[in-house]
Amino acid sequence: MILTDDDVREIVKLLESSSFNELELETDRFKLTLRRGGTSDTWTQERSTRSSPHLLTPAPAPAPAEISPAGESALAPAANRGIEIRPPLMGTFYRAPKPGAAPFVEIGARVTPESVVGIIETMKLMNSVYAGASGTVTEICAANGQLVEPHDVLMRLAPGAG
Amino acid sequence: MILRRIAIANRGEIAVRIIRTCERLGIETVLLASEADVDSVPARLATRTVCIGPPRSADSYLNADALISAALGAHVQAVHPGYGFLSENASFARRCRQAGLVFIGPTEEQLAAVGDKLTARRHAQKAGIPVVPGAAAASAEEALTVAERIGWPVLIKAVGGGGGRGMKPVFAPAEMPQAIALATAEAASAFADSRVYLERFVQRGRHIEVQLLGDGERVVHLGDRDCSVQRRYQKLIEEAPAPDLEPRLRRAIQAAAVSFGQHLRYRGAGTVEFLVDTVRNEFYFLEMNARIQVEHPVTEEVTGLDLIGEQIAIAQDGLLAMSQTDIVLTGHALECRINAEDASRDFRPSPGTVSAARFAAGSDIRVDTHIESGARVPPFYDSLLAKLIVRAPDRGGCIERMSAALVRTQIQGVTTNLALHAALMQEREFARGAVDTAYFARLQASRGLQVPW
Repeated sequence: MILTDDDVREIVKLLESSSFNELELETDRFKLTLRRGGTSDTWTQERSTRSSPHLLTPAPAPAPAEISPAGESALAPAANRGIEIRPPLMGTFYRAPKPGAAPFVEIGARVTPESVVGIIETMKLMNSVYAGASGTVTEICAANGQLVEPHDVLMRLAPGAG
Repeated sequence: MILRRIAIANRGEIAVRIIRTCERLGIETVLLASEADVDSVPARLATRTVCIGPPRSADSYLNADALISAALGAHVQAVHPGYGFLSENASFARRCRQAGLVFIGPTEEQLAAVGDKLTARRHAQKAGIPVVPGAAAASAEEALTVAERIGWPVLIKAVGGGGGRGMKPVFAPAEMPQAIALATAEAASAFADSRVYLERFVQRGRHIEVQLLGDGERVVHLGDRDCSVQRRYQKLIEEAPAPDLEPRLRRAIQAAAVSFGQHLRYRGAGTVEFLVDTVRNEFYFLEMNARIQVEHPVTEEVTGLDLIGEQIAIAQDGLLAMSQTDIVLTGHALECRINAEDASRDFRPSPGTVSAARFAAGSDIRVDTHIESGARVPPFYDSLLAKLIVRAPDRGGCIERMSAALVRTQIQGVTTNLALHAALMQEREFARGAVDTAYFARLQASRGLQVPW
């Protein structure tokens, strides 16, 4: 059963004529917390859906790229292995401007701070990944199409003039 | 046919919204969810959930094969496509029909008629509705000829574009060759259709749209909405009815929308979008959205109707249950789109896990959301977290209530644009009345980029 806005409105109406400032309603399916603010009719609600999804078929195992131990260790930051390039935000990493196109950089490519070395797609928006430093690409740690987070290392550079 | 079980080929707040109406109507729901969404709030609320593939939309929500086989496997009678994804895809609608599933939406022919902007323009002209002066252009030379004829500046639009994507303003002839090359390349990669066309760029325009319901014979309108507060063509705030519209102009716009719907013999819920040139006091057809829209709640709040319920009724009975005189508008409604984005960092998206979510509650407040404490906001989909909707007898009361409701709403764990909305509710120009679609960009420029929102 779904708790509707109409339900919440009716409960708030009942509470408004009472002296209570807080109501916590908990069932197997949901939890609703209503709180009265400083002035009389400034209520807030917090909802929590407690029912579990009723899955018709089990979800397939997540794509190996995201959980493989090799992938994890390759992404783990390591000290003294050159300059690390990390994603500006969480998203899907792409090495090329579009499917089928040549990658922005390969190992051995010389880059400057403004060089675009990849794309992160987050919530339908494409964000360029800049090298951020001058040097030569020595390692590409993240795979094309991999989900990456800001702490992951995408590539490493050997410092030097681009 | 009585619909007893329907599949929802969507996610997020609209999936929750569809489930809510189905529960009221006693219809079972089967949520078709990607791996990223099998534990989401809509998955917990739906009668059943089926995983249809990996997180990326192309592998799941845009994968017609996976959706249809999952729907058939779950023995549903119909598919509700929500908005976005495959909701306006004529070939998906056809494949649903071929599989024996009712597609809750317009006919395949109607989807095709409004699916590309040039065809939609031709239909508008046939229906006798004004369109923005413009024409197709295959090369920079052609584009220059068109621009000289319709007047500068011009807007290059992707024929296959929509939802505010695939548009590029051009202010001078020298910019044209590069702009056409770029627009063509972007259109090819974004919409798999490199065709572009040119329109006069109306610099002071309002975005006004009319909600329609049709059953293939009769078409009624449910009043208008104003969605002029936009950032880069993405709507931020919507309201119903549109404020400060001369009664004669309002009637003409509503009548034009109904004519367009009648011309198509439209079936289902749809919205005809118009650009109102505030300098010339004229209006032009922009496009038709042949689906439920994100901002449908403001129309529901002023009409008292359930638009998802009407969509299902039309799909089920083939008949519209109401006539124009049954539709009465009362009061004013305002909607703020709460997005997971960081306004202080050029609106960078902010995926992650919501650690706490507290919304305003009250007699005039409605919250359409799939967000609660613990909800994940995956990086694969759009950034809409919630729609905060308020109603009041008049627009001023709405702004006051929205302002108070925003202050009481807190979402933690991801960065949101709540503070931006709270600031907008305090802006004098917005409070005074109608604004144009360039309003937000001007406001941003005047406040500077460093102002924390």
